[in-house]
Amino acid sequence: MTLALYVPRASPVHRMPAGWKLLALAGLSMLVFAVPTLPMVGGALVAVVALGLVVARLPASLLVRQARAVLWWLVALFVLHWLVTDVLTGAVTVLRLLALVLAAAVVTATTRVTAMVAVVERVCRPLQWVGVRPARIGLVIAMALRFIPLISERADRIREAQAARGGSIRGLRGLTTTVVPLLVQVLQLAHTVSEALDARGADDVPVRRGGPRAA
Amino acid sequence: MKTKDLAYIALFAAITAVLGLVPAVPIGPVPITAQTLGVMLAGSVLGARRGFLSQLLFLVLVAVGLPLLSSGTGGLAPFAGPYAGYILSWPVGAFVIGWLTERFWSRFNVAWAFTANVLGGLVVVDVIGAAVLGIVNDLSFWHAAWFGALVFVPGDLVKAAIAAVVAVQVRRSYPVIERPRRAVARR
Repeated sequence: MTLALYVPRASPVHRMPAGWKLLALAGLSMLVFAVPTLPMVGGALVAVVALGLVVARLPASLLVRQARAVLWWLVALFVLHWLVTDVLTGAVTVLRLLALVLAAAVVTATTRVTAMVAVVERVCRPLQWVGVRPARIGLVIAMALRFIPLISERADRIREAQAARGGSIRGLRGLTTTVVPLLVQVLQLAHTVSEALDARGADDVPVRRGGPRAA
Repeated sequence: MKTKDLAYIALFAAITAVLGLVPAVPIGPVPITAQTLGVMLAGSVLGARRGFLSQLLFLVLVAVGLPLLSSGTGGLAPFAGPYAGYILSWPVGAFVIGWLTERFWSRFNVAWAFTANVLGGLVVVDVIGAAVLGIVNDLSFWHAAWFGALVFVPGDLVKAAIAAVVAVQVRRSYPVIERPRRAVARR
């Protein structure tokens, strides 16, 4: 899947099981909230950056991109703290957020989507006692991933069709001529997909070993 | 839950993802994205339960490492960031919009749809977002709420109106919420 944020490398961080990395991330976030001092938070930030760049050998541009996505938030929050609390608290909270964002980015860049989905399925396994089948969770994730390119393709097609008719595709009128037909089309499509899946036995309860399944 | 419901849930998770591809409008420092439009449509087309699950699924897709948020970010980083609460509130927002839509279903029009979108897509999202923003930043709730409101409300009002117009037209040609609930049928 080319869409993912995973960066392949041979490093100890990459080899670490996904579940452990998630636990480590949770541990870090608890630590920086429990000890909100500048050395603690600054140290966490330095450690995370070192782990990502040196140990996992991730490109610096990846961390920069994640940091830039929250840059304006951090600036605005710092200014807000400056106005309503004090500069030190502002620095601690901003650095803390930055450390956590980068730590999460390191986990994401070093873990394959399939490994993460496996963790999701494992975490969801207890749900089978309330009637949720784990296989259905895998199915719904797979369907969503397939629908993403399909919807953009359908959107392009409708836009072209309207343009070919000289129809308006902008403004309020554009909603009626493009967005509504698109939604109706993809809803019908989803319905067709579900019927095709059911026809192939997707709705069946798995057969219990040693006997026919109950009705 | 039927396979059809799973397909609708997957569809609206995908719609929120595709709306992330629409270029964000940079109003002030923060890009206003089209993605909360997906939250509103999920609630007002699918109803409470499926709307909730579809946006939860979207968050799972983001969390496992797909760059589906509008800034091209994804993975676990956004859930640790300052706007984590605003994202985490999406399933709840879709649920509230869906719940209200189910109640308005027999007399559903643009005004009711807009009301549902504003309550679920604006009020719920801003309250949860501001609460999380306040907690992770040692800010008072009201400071954080004003901050979020100033940033998001103008764009969200436009999106609530768009989603209302679309939802009413989709209901006319392809209603997914099947039967009106008791609260409406009593009239």
